[in-house]
Amino acid sequence: MRLKVTHRTEYNYDQPVRYGLQRLRLWPASGPAQTMLTWTLRIEGAREEVRFLDQFGNDTRLLSVDGDPHTISILAEGEVETNDVSGVSGLHRGFAPLWLFQHETPLTAPGPAIRDLVAGVGEGDEVGRLHSLMALIAERIVYEPGTTDTRTTAEQALVKGAGVCQDHAHVFAAGARLLGFPARYVSGYLMMNDRVEQVATHAWAEANVAGLGWVGFDAANCISPDERYVRVAVGRDYREAMPISGILIGRAEEQLAVHITVEQ
Amino acid sequence: MVAFDEMLPAEAGLRKPYEAYDGWLKNQDPARLTEKMRDAERVFRKTGITFAVYGERDASERLIPFDIVPRIIAGNEWRRLTQGIEQRVQALNAFLDDIYHRQEILRAGRVPRELIATNEAFLPEMIGVKPPAGVYTHIIGVDIVRISENEFYVLEDNARTPSGVSYMLENRETMLQLFPELFQRIKVQPVENYPQLLRQSLSAVRPSNVSGVPTIAVLTPGSFNSAYFEHAFLADQMGVQLVEGQDLRVVDGHVAMRTTEGYKQIDVLYRRVDDAFLDPLTFRPDSALGVPGIMDVYRAGNITIANAPGTGIADDKAIYSYMPEIIEFYTGRKPILGNIPTWRCSEPDSLKYVQEHLAELVVKEVHGSGGYGMLVGPAATKKEREEFSKKLAARPSNYIAQPTLSLSTCPILTAKGLAPRHVDLRPFVLVSDRIQIVPGGLTRVALKEGSLVVNSSQGGGTKDTWVLDD
Repeated sequence: MRLKVTHRTEYNYDQPVRYGLQRLRLWPASGPAQTMLTWTLRIEGAREEVRFLDQFGNDTRLLSVDGDPHTISILAEGEVETNDVSGVSGLHRGFAPLWLFQHETPLTAPGPAIRDLVAGVGEGDEVGRLHSLMALIAERIVYEPGTTDTRTTAEQALVKGAGVCQDHAHVFAAGARLLGFPARYVSGYLMMNDRVEQVATHAWAEANVAGLGWVGFDAANCISPDERYVRVAVGRDYREAMPISGILIGRAEEQLAVHITVEQ
Repeated sequence: MVAFDEMLPAEAGLRKPYEAYDGWLKNQDPARLTEKMRDAERVFRKTGITFAVYGERDASERLIPFDIVPRIIAGNEWRRLTQGIEQRVQALNAFLDDIYHRQEILRAGRVPRELIATNEAFLPEMIGVKPPAGVYTHIIGVDIVRISENEFYVLEDNARTPSGVSYMLENRETMLQLFPELFQRIKVQPVENYPQLLRQSLSAVRPSNVSGVPTIAVLTPGSFNSAYFEHAFLADQMGVQLVEGQDLRVVDGHVAMRTTEGYKQIDVLYRRVDDAFLDPLTFRPDSALGVPGIMDVYRAGNITIANAPGTGIADDKAIYSYMPEIIEFYTGRKPILGNIPTWRCSEPDSLKYVQEHLAELVVKEVHGSGGYGMLVGPAATKKEREEFSKKLAARPSNYIAQPTLSLSTCPILTAKGLAPRHVDLRPFVLVSDRIQIVPGGLTRVALKEGSLVVNSSQGGGTKDTWVLDD
């Protein structure tokens, strides 16, 4: 499936920004699940300082504010050819060892609620158990934007019983690790069937199954990713895969507007 | 147990490296030597070498006591030591390269994976980074102890930010001022060129895309840091800028420092700021000591950071106990310099042994330094041992234990004349496209009679260290 994506992020400030940095992970790579056809980044109010591959192989760019802007806008857009690989996105590659993905991070540290949840995963083959974990999470956390934020931990979201895709992905990663699987967080886009305008970027999780490689689980929608998914970056949690992170020197108040379209 | 005295060992008589010095000393008026001792203190006060002691009620700055009797090492002894140090330093860099790439040593099962995986000094952000010349740890201070004529052991590999080199330089400077005639009689290998060597060494590991003379700077956490004097001293001696995080930002793809003529690109940063504080965009977001985005510039290959972030994984005290395996794995040879036998308290059998033998052992925190949080069994009271035993039981993996070694002694000048005191040695190693070791290093001496703790924060002093040009 050929998907066209536009992702515009606009930061508006009430006073000129003296100095600030933005780190972007907004450049999708080609792989078994997708081929990147065209992709561009258009940036206003900031400029690219360096680009590099991070420890997980994500194309990463560092921007610094340019001049004394009131607005920084970042437009990522392009076309990606996706394949339905039944959620299997390939064998592990790169220097980051698989064991690294077995370790918790501050956002994915399991507490009693996650341990309890994982205890409910029945016996079965590896993929079956992971599906069972996904179903449990989908059942326990309702999709409800505004109940959590980017600092909410997996344990907190599960206790709350509500959250967004980031929370589902965190709980899945935490649970899969407790089950003994290396697990990672994937950020990207999802084309919802009934609309072009998407509410937000999407996120899901992957677990590494011996012999199969990385297998995706989108607990927010309770399915394995198919050809409607575009993957952009991976990490052990949101913090390591986040599309844009930054640091601002000064006292300017920030207002954020995000506009995303994904269409065929 | 009688300690080996490096000047006058029991039975054997005066050792050869000390013959010329002893000949001179015999003709000195004791009153004049005492006077020189006071002169030395004045010199230090004037140059401003002080250090802050953590945890003392009066946290004001203090002078590290200096003893005017040099510690003397023969040229051939030194050559043997340097071979061992070079081997070790090669292994440390090979280990770091491996740990941040293919991790062959873990696959081979020679070092347990958990030791790396659960270690805060291991930085995932360094995975896949190949620094210029393949050097991760550029400046190393290897702590060595001697227990007999031919037995030397490595106590610690300080591979992240070793300090103390300014004392080595000031000690020599002071001795040259106090006893110029001695240096005419006895040929001592020079250490004074260390700042030039450091500068050359840092230049040699500049990013490959920098042609011409690279710009070097020293990054300090600031004047409240206990080693601030050394940071300022080294920058001054090398003729480079001393900078703080707030002076730096990312400009045109590089880290640049604010100058009166605008921002100037830095190619090599000798940083004395710990990993966790180095980049608030990558590590601790609350750090005001670092440079936001420096890790991005680093991964893009536009700056050399010395020592590289994440080198702490090589000098961790739990890793230390695997150094013999690490050396053999990467160099294919047995270690020339031995390790002190070490019990890892994370292992139940070792923990049991350590708990049962606390009175004989030295127990250290795995991540500790500076002599803080350690127990010297034989010197501790029963109550101290009992309290420590509880801490040990609560967090065994936080501790390692070693036998109490009978460190060699060297004489110091006391009110009653010469008296032996225990010493160690920290030679300073520079790694670029080659390995250079300044002849000598910092000799630390436990000034209290019988004490084995040489750390300056625990009442230790220093001595000038002579390597004879023989």
